[in-house]
Amino acid sequence: MTTSSFSEPALVTVENQLDTVAITTNRPSGRRTIKRKTWQTIIWFGSLLIITAVVLYPLVWLFFATFKPNGEFGQPGLLPQQPTLDNYAKMWEGIAGVPMWRFFWNSFVLATFSVIGTVLSSALAAYAFARVHFKGLGVLFAAMIGTLLLPFHVVIIPQYIIFNNLGMIDTYWPLLLPKFLATEAFFVFLLVQFIRQMPRDMDEAARIDGAGHLRIFWSIILPLIKPALITCAIFAFIWAWNDFLGPLLYITSPENYPLPIALRLYNDQTTSSDYGATATASFIALIPILLFFLVFQRFLVEGVATQGLKG
Amino acid sequence: MSTTPTRAIVTNKPLARRRLLREEKAEFLNRPGQRGRAVRESLTGYGFLVPWLIGFFGLTLVPMVYSLYLSFTSYNIFSPPKWIGFENYIRLFTKDPNFIQSAQITLIYVLVGTPIMLAAALFVAILLNYREKGSGFFRSAFYAPSLIAASVSVAIVWRAMFSTGGPVDNFQKFIGVDIGGWVGNPEMIMPMMILLAVWQFGATMVIFLAGLKQIPKELYEAAEMDGAGPWHKFRAVTVPMLSPVIFFNLLLGLIGAFQVFGSAYIISNGSGGPAGMTNFITLYLYKTGFSDGRMGYAAAIAWVLLVVVAIIAFILFRTQKSWVHYSGDNR
Repeated sequence: MTTSSFSEPALVTVENQLDTVAITTNRPSGRRTIKRKTWQTIIWFGSLLIITAVVLYPLVWLFFATFKPNGEFGQPGLLPQQPTLDNYAKMWEGIAGVPMWRFFWNSFVLATFSVIGTVLSSALAAYAFARVHFKGLGVLFAAMIGTLLLPFHVVIIPQYIIFNNLGMIDTYWPLLLPKFLATEAFFVFLLVQFIRQMPRDMDEAARIDGAGHLRIFWSIILPLIKPALITCAIFAFIWAWNDFLGPLLYITSPENYPLPIALRLYNDQTTSSDYGATATASFIALIPILLFFLVFQRFLVEGVATQGLKG
Repeated sequence: MSTTPTRAIVTNKPLARRRLLREEKAEFLNRPGQRGRAVRESLTGYGFLVPWLIGFFGLTLVPMVYSLYLSFTSYNIFSPPKWIGFENYIRLFTKDPNFIQSAQITLIYVLVGTPIMLAAALFVAILLNYREKGSGFFRSAFYAPSLIAASVSVAIVWRAMFSTGGPVDNFQKFIGVDIGGWVGNPEMIMPMMILLAVWQFGATMVIFLAGLKQIPKELYEAAEMDGAGPWHKFRAVTVPMLSPVIFFNLLLGLIGAFQVFGSAYIISNGSGGPAGMTNFITLYLYKTGFSDGRMGYAAAIAWVLLVVVAIIAFILFRTQKSWVHYSGDNR
């Protein structure tokens, strides 16, 4: 049902139609084709709606769960029977003696500095890889691609020892320093691909006028790759916001916890069965990402698409 | 190289062109004053790379070598490492049933979950590619989960949905299948984890969709003229034309799947249960190194993981020639 339609683009232009009429003689009559098309469209929409319902169900369930009193968890039904806002009040009180806004603030600080560090350091490295002809370019570029495929877990033990020796446990340094050192090869790679697509005419013109690399980078390349920088910034924010392993390793006192680690406390506590507050805290933690997604979805989707295809 | 003022390259053959460029570069460098410029260019390059170089050597390469060393020692962070040769590795493969189980379930998760995820992504991408109008909404709706799938929130939701008395359990009762919640059931927890992996098919789907849009329509028309049906067109046009994208997604998907951690941690409350069925290699590594403080042993686990990932990447790259087609590329 889906694949049969490859040769029939949905928006049939007049030209195409003429072609089809001219070429095909064994097609069914025009009216029947139209009827078939309508049916195909209905099936198309129908199956996609079903997939959407399945895919988005967990999120819809979570949203309604935030209004359920604790007694209603474990009962059938998506909608709360006696909706309440108690969960939100309880969630806001926080956990382990730390109010919720504190976890939010911690996550926000971490994510913001992660964005700044990632974008700055990755753009610098990407410019060097894409535009400067230095000795050893090939080897270092291969090394960068290698780290793209390297599982992060291989280095967590030595990294932990290093940061422990530097006395940085329970600070944000172990989480932020790597971002300022462009360790996330994904971003460097994405920006390299983007800079390579930019025409060199402007660089060359600037160079003839006597501009150096730093000047070209700052005044020509950076403005040109703004869309890619925004893509990087959004991903850096979301990944830092979601990061669980990093803070789990390095952050030990509850007042420094970012949201994911605070959520873990709720999760551990479910023996005391406060499902409502757990669901509400989980939901609140997702809101910034969902907002980002709604506002910037064009950058996200295109960033992913270019990254994949130019690989 | 790019500073050469004029360059007339008539030939289009890459090899001849490259030779020409190399000769030109050599000649260019031999001019007085240009060597100094090349050195300065290199220095500028390294200047831009300073942060990356510090990160690469300080936080990746040196730690990797150090962890290789640690994997041959017995080490808890408080007393200095003690060299014990291959003992950690021997122990891993002969005396540690937890590790064997952990490796097994990780491989099952990676080798079953990733292909299913890719198949779902490809199927939905083809579905979306059928029609332009209205597909934007669905594309966004399917993409959103991949942004949050790694979050603790979603792991908590997943756990709640698949617990006894949760929505999935209720639905099962409704259709008359009474197998209870999946979370505490050692046989159902793996399908549940794989479902969570499949749920984030959206990012891969977007990449597939962009690839599908680049396949020339004429190829399908030509195939149709030859009397090809839908399945044949899929096999003979879509798959070969998309194979570089499939390869890329397969490679990144497999490597990403090896690193599943947060969701397993949250769903099992850090225990890797039930019956060790969520004790993925990363979780086992974390528990060994940071809960038990056996850093040397954990470093050995990390290196086994690295070698397995490298082998899988190597196999993929080796088989690439037989199934991945790069069009317009006549190497």
